[in-house]
Amino acid sequence: MGNPYLPYPVRIDEIITETEDKNLKTFKFVFLNPADEQAFKYEPGQFAELSIAGKGEIPIGIASSPTETGFLKFTVNKVGLVTSHLHNMSVGDIMGVRGPLGNWYPLKQLEGKNIVIVGGGFAFTTLRSTIVYLLQPENRSRFGDITVIYGARTPGMLLYKDELAAWEQRSDIHMHITVDRADDPTWKYNVGFVPAITEQKAPSAENAVAIVCGPPIMIKFTQPVLEKVGFTPETIIMSLEMRMKCGIGICGRCNLGTEYVCKDGPVFTLAQLNNLPKEY
Amino acid sequence: MTSVIIAKSKLNDFLASLKSGYQVLGPIHQGDMIAFGPVNKVEDLALPYSNTRLSIKSVFFPQSERMFGYSLDKEDADAGIIKETPKEYPNRVVFGLRPCDAKAVTLVDVNMDNPQYQDPWWVKRRETTTLIGLGCEHPCSTCFCTSMGSGPFDETGLDVLLTELPDAYLAKSLTPKGEQLLKQAKGTDAASPAGEKTAAEIKTKAEQALPKLETAKLKDKNMMELFNARFWERVQFACINCGACTFLCPTCWCFDIQDEVSKKAGDRIRNWDSCMFPLFTLHGTGHNPRDHKVQRVRQRFMHKLKYYIDKYGDGPACVGCGRCVQACPVNIDIRNVITLMNEYQTSAGTKA
Repeated sequence: MGNPYLPYPVRIDEIITETEDKNLKTFKFVFLNPADEQAFKYEPGQFAELSIAGKGEIPIGIASSPTETGFLKFTVNKVGLVTSHLHNMSVGDIMGVRGPLGNWYPLKQLEGKNIVIVGGGFAFTTLRSTIVYLLQPENRSRFGDITVIYGARTPGMLLYKDELAAWEQRSDIHMHITVDRADDPTWKYNVGFVPAITEQKAPSAENAVAIVCGPPIMIKFTQPVLEKVGFTPETIIMSLEMRMKCGIGICGRCNLGTEYVCKDGPVFTLAQLNNLPKEY
Repeated sequence: MTSVIIAKSKLNDFLASLKSGYQVLGPIHQGDMIAFGPVNKVEDLALPYSNTRLSIKSVFFPQSERMFGYSLDKEDADAGIIKETPKEYPNRVVFGLRPCDAKAVTLVDVNMDNPQYQDPWWVKRRETTTLIGLGCEHPCSTCFCTSMGSGPFDETGLDVLLTELPDAYLAKSLTPKGEQLLKQAKGTDAASPAGEKTAAEIKTKAEQALPKLETAKLKDKNMMELFNARFWERVQFACINCGACTFLCPTCWCFDIQDEVSKKAGDRIRNWDSCMFPLFTLHGTGHNPRDHKVQRVRQRFMHKLKYYIDKYGDGPACVGCGRCVQACPVNIDIRNVITLMNEYQTSAGTKA
């Protein structure tokens, strides 16, 4: 019996500072043992526990896509003890990754549908995983239109700027990047909050699902906009954040009604969430 | 299933023979309380007793447990690599636990040992531990086990059930593990029909002495309406969030994971945690989904008496041992909460 609490040892291979406030860094990990990489089979939307000996563990969404092999990527906001320590670590340092954990965006069931992705701030990580997965040549043809609405406070706070620019150039994905405010006169994309831009772009709800991930305030105001254009609680998919420890539905703290967010989630439809206590 | 008699005069022979194959644990005096501890002879046992202060869960799931260890010495090739801590799992027998505790263990099994994930420490200790229960001839005033799907002579989760007769124990094996134990043990004699008849009478009398709470309606309640019920304000009013109920509860399994470092080495440990504590759910951002006491109190009762039932189609996750009723410093009584929940009018079931 494998021990589900035991992390795989990994080495930090690359660290990218993503945002102008330097509070968000992307960490690229490679497994020390090739067999562990084989065992770590994941889907977009899943998360893992980043595990640092002497500090603890943090649940973080997987930002890399299963179509990218040889490494895992996580974008981490500096918030508490473990994340602050991680931000001070260096390329070559050894730590652990435990997972993959939780459920995922049901992309296999969504084949043939149009996908609308709405993201805000640093919650864009598993959405990046999803976009990279969808755009992979052998996957792309299995889905209809792909529309992305992604906002951050300022241009400098957007994640994955090079990839965003590359996606903007493509014809097989409709990108709507927005910022709350832009001081930069060369800013050529949208200015406005995500709900407002969603309303303006009014993505069609026909044969479509919306995958929404962002801060609570963004979700609160985006939800009515999506419902106005015809999305239903069944076609709005969201991912929850919770304080977690074990990540495998045993330690109890992420319990929400009948669900454990870490094991039965973090991905839920709005219809499912409507039947659960709003304790998230 | 075999029944044998262990004469009280031969109980020491019985315990001594167990010691050749098992570590023997049982209820012993610990300060003013009774706890599970090592037993060598009859005189060690705190008999007669009502129940242990802490439940059986610590035998499988210690309050604090080392999970992993690691070196932080940069000179070591494996610095920073988290490794399993070797543990021993000797064959153990727990002598004399109460049937409610054994039932509780089976309710926690559902969480610790599920089709997707198995807690390795819980599972291994379960495998290597044999449970000899001692039926309750005289339940306490706070007991309500028969209302919660258990009972003073409930066999669920036990390998052997003992019924105390005037000068002997009637021992009934309930599983292959229990069968084997009784076969190998010394100090046993063939059971007599008269003994079995007396045992049945004792059982019936004890069951009849227990109060009966209605719980049948819990499963058909609408979860969200129950969640939003106004009575939670009254239930939580006096609570001081001390967490005693959760630590004493045999079905409370929540834990925290922490790293502890000393010089250049460290351990990852887990400790019992409690949904009564605000830190339990506090996000890194400062947001706390259960910021208010009423939310935490409601979580404990809803989890045991509604969420567990709805999730697993089993339960409730309470066995009526009454420990929380006895220990609560402000007299919050789960029996009243069960009645409030069971009688609350909701529109329809959860899975409408």
